[in-house]
Amino acid sequence: MASVRSPLSPHLTIYRWQITMVLSILHRATGVFMSIGLLLLTCWLLSLASGQQAYDNLAVYMHSWYGKAILIAFTFSLYLHLCNGIRHLFWDVGLGFQIPTFHKSGYAVVIATLLLTGVTWFAGGMI
Amino acid sequence: MAEFTLPKNSKIQPGKTYSMAAGAKNKKTFRIYRWDPDSGENPRMDQYEIDLDKCGPMVLDALIYIKNDIDTTLTFRRSCREGICGSCAMNIDGTNTLACTKYISDTKNDLPVYPLPHMEVKKDLVPDLTHFYAQYASIKPWIETQSAPPPDRERLQSKEDREKLDGLYECILCACCSTSCPSYWWNSDRYLGPAILLQAYRWIADSRDETTGERLDNLEDPFRLYRCHTIMNCTNTCPKGLNPAKAIAEIKKLMVTRSI
Repeated sequence: MASVRSPLSPHLTIYRWQITMVLSILHRATGVFMSIGLLLLTCWLLSLASGQQAYDNLAVYMHSWYGKAILIAFTFSLYLHLCNGIRHLFWDVGLGFQIPTFHKSGYAVVIATLLLTGVTWFAGGMI
Repeated sequence: MAEFTLPKNSKIQPGKTYSMAAGAKNKKTFRIYRWDPDSGENPRMDQYEIDLDKCGPMVLDALIYIKNDIDTTLTFRRSCREGICGSCAMNIDGTNTLACTKYISDTKNDLPVYPLPHMEVKKDLVPDLTHFYAQYASIKPWIETQSAPPPDRERLQSKEDREKLDGLYECILCACCSTSCPSYWWNSDRYLGPAILLQAYRWIADSRDETTGERLDNLEDPFRLYRCHTIMNCTNTCPKGLNPAKAIAEIKKLMVTRSI
């Protein structure tokens, strides 16, 4: 009998999403996003070094709605990565491994990130 | 590189529907993954509408009822029906657990049942665990000693040392945790996965074992141990309430403490 190649059972599409899994993926995604954000920061510094005209040209884009959207996403990524990074440090020393604890710490990371992002933008008077 | 989509031969098709609960007060629809190696067709999802008054309270009871009374071709592993053998591990309503200890009433709507995720399927709900068992053998799951045994008695262990194995020795190797782990999905060829690492720690933590150093050497590898990114699906899903993530963290801690 000709052997049939076994199928692979479904995984990502059928597994129930949980806060821990979501934050793990976001941790990586925000890490990647921040690396791209560094390019933006470099552009901003370059324009600063190139004089008033260059700076003003870039500022137009930075102050547009899409510029702001990218910057808000950048700050959000920074804070999420920071807060979740602190959570990882606790895990590295062996703390916070009980199920209720790592669920609570997960939600705490999300709330802290939203608060810090909001506070940063309000304190900066940008929105 | 991780494959996020299913290969062509694994895409799931709609299947047959069996309505066997006409006039029943207590109906429930089970959506069950089916694959027949003899048909040459892709996997499909069959729907079984059954009368819950005719079967027991657990998901395994429903599977046995379907096999006995509706469709004898349905294939799954089961043995002890009390959560100690680990045979009936499968993905039920989105998370991995044992069909025998999972209540049907835990799920309000239709109940989807799949084999353990990201595994080669032998038939229906039966995954191929060969690689998983080979990984288990690779960590030498037995006591290794260098000293001669006492001539007049066994190698004894204090109560305190024995307690260090609580939460480890209870693992039944059902593979629920390993197959819940996205990191294991993408790298199971080289990453040992939560179940095997918990077992590895069970022997590292055993006061009678004298090869802790070698055991740690064997795990000190970017893939075997360090593909664990504390995603926590393992601990969330363990049907025995164990904590593989914590065991892995303990191994990582030992790696650090022995190098300073």
